[in-house]
Amino acid sequence: MTATDHLPRTGTAPWQVFWHSLIHLPWTWRVMLGYLTLMLLLPTAALFTKSLSIGPAEFWRIATSPIALSAYDVTFTTSLIAALIDGVFGVLIAWVLVRYQFPFQKIIDASIDLPFALPTAVAGLTLATVYSENGWIGALLAPFGIKVAFTRLGVGVAMMFISLPFVVRTVQPVLMQMERETEEAAWSLGASSWLTFWRVLLPPLLPAILTGVALGFSRAVGEFGSTVIISSNTPFKDLIAPVLVFQRLEQYDYAGATVIGTVMLLISLLMLLVINFIQAWGRRYG
Amino acid sequence: MANDTLQPALPTPESPASSVSTPQAGWVPMVLIGIALTFLALILYIPAINVFYQAFHKGIGPFLHNLQEPNFQRAVWMTLTLAAIAVPVNTIFGLCTAWSLANKHFRGRTLLLSIIDLPFAISPVVAGLMIMLLYGRQGWFGNWLLDRDIRIVFGLPAMVLATAFVSMPFVAREVIPVLEEEGTDQEQAAYTLGATPWQTFWRVTVPNIRWGLLYGILLTNARAMGEFGAVAVVSGNIIGKTQSLPLFVEEAYRNYDTEAACSAAVLLALLAIVTLILKEILERRTGGHLRKRH
Repeated sequence: MTATDHLPRTGTAPWQVFWHSLIHLPWTWRVMLGYLTLMLLLPTAALFTKSLSIGPAEFWRIATSPIALSAYDVTFTTSLIAALIDGVFGVLIAWVLVRYQFPFQKIIDASIDLPFALPTAVAGLTLATVYSENGWIGALLAPFGIKVAFTRLGVGVAMMFISLPFVVRTVQPVLMQMERETEEAAWSLGASSWLTFWRVLLPPLLPAILTGVALGFSRAVGEFGSTVIISSNTPFKDLIAPVLVFQRLEQYDYAGATVIGTVMLLISLLMLLVINFIQAWGRRYG
Repeated sequence: MANDTLQPALPTPESPASSVSTPQAGWVPMVLIGIALTFLALILYIPAINVFYQAFHKGIGPFLHNLQEPNFQRAVWMTLTLAAIAVPVNTIFGLCTAWSLANKHFRGRTLLLSIIDLPFAISPVVAGLMIMLLYGRQGWFGNWLLDRDIRIVFGLPAMVLATAFVSMPFVAREVIPVLEEEGTDQEQAAYTLGATPWQTFWRVTVPNIRWGLLYGILLTNARAMGEFGAVAVVSGNIIGKTQSLPLFVEEAYRNYDTEAACSAAVLLALLAIVTLILKEILERRTGGHLRKRH
């Protein structure tokens, strides 16, 4: 309320108040709002007006066309599985880094951010090479009939690569702050390691783990660079939604790209709400 | 971070139940560390080493030869140009935003902070699509731009917009926490002593936030130089003209020119490693005040 103290109060219409506060904003505010309008507001508005101009019937037809449905399925199911696997291994990695000491620990800790710093095209290139049938790891899996590169499994590996830091870096600080007395109390009262883990350690970590998994999931859903390279981009097999948007644009099918892009944007916004909800829940819990 | 992390700090309790399962017996940490490192090796380390192996396994000669390709050199220039424009612009935006929002309390602040973070939630391809829908031939400004013969999409301007979009929030979200931690006392003191806002900013604020600011700029730069999806959508990927280094990597790989792809990838991987090292130095210098987060 203090921010509006300098405004005229009596007998002014709401738009006048708005206009008054706008022209009296400090210049830093004007730079911020101007840039946000140019970079975020206008583009988002362009996307939504384009969707509206398509009409609800046509929008629904494109949004639920078999190729789109299959692309959502590949994108969301694979992202979810990748994020959950990262959830398990991310917690394990965070645990090992916080609680134990071993050689090269500092370097390994720093290297967790590699997927964040490495350009996604490079990640896609190297994962596709390593996991191809004559690559270092792919060649070991080939005799068992497991193909990774250019399949949905490869898309999953790329998604695991890019989402991993999100889980580790959300769980790690919480684990570092955790009081060790409670675990020690549980042990001294005779609880087994597993029981201590499930009943004492996991509950306070859960909001952080869920946040990390949700962040990783939403990153994996939008990922394009690494997944487009490791995938064969075959419809109904391993074609993901971002690649479908890209292909539609390449064919100058702006309506098709807009519809699928809007669906993805809405899901991203929904994920943001979910993440905020989990974090609020975690704060109440802690 | 005591040295006895492998053992519980308490003396072993006398109850028989706990002596059956000693918490974290010697082999448990070894196994857990082993599993964690194996997972990291499969997902991170082996692929990372592979980039360098592919680029250098025929010696340094082919690598140096690839670096001299004109299309490659133009891609390097394009990437440097994109970063040289997007990073300063986003830094100014980030500083203005941090200055406007830190230590302030008003309704809608949380919403505004979430809006600033939006580019991280939006898929880069959707970001590119939005730019196409604004400035492309069928876009809002399409006809207006066409009449004036201004070319935005399939050219440098749209690539700059796409790069700036995806790397927008970093500076603000690194500087805001630092500013809030510092508080406003020192700035108030400077004002009281008669300093102008500009003097206060350069003499008081900048020295206080410098590491956070550098951290933000570092992350902005890494993202700007490495961005693929958003730039790929708006660039048209015209070889030698609108091709940035990540686009060059993908193009070369698609054309089965793995060596050229890997030579370019090595440069980008080195950028990533330098970024990580500088990040680590900044984190240590601030004694953990710059939390590891994204």
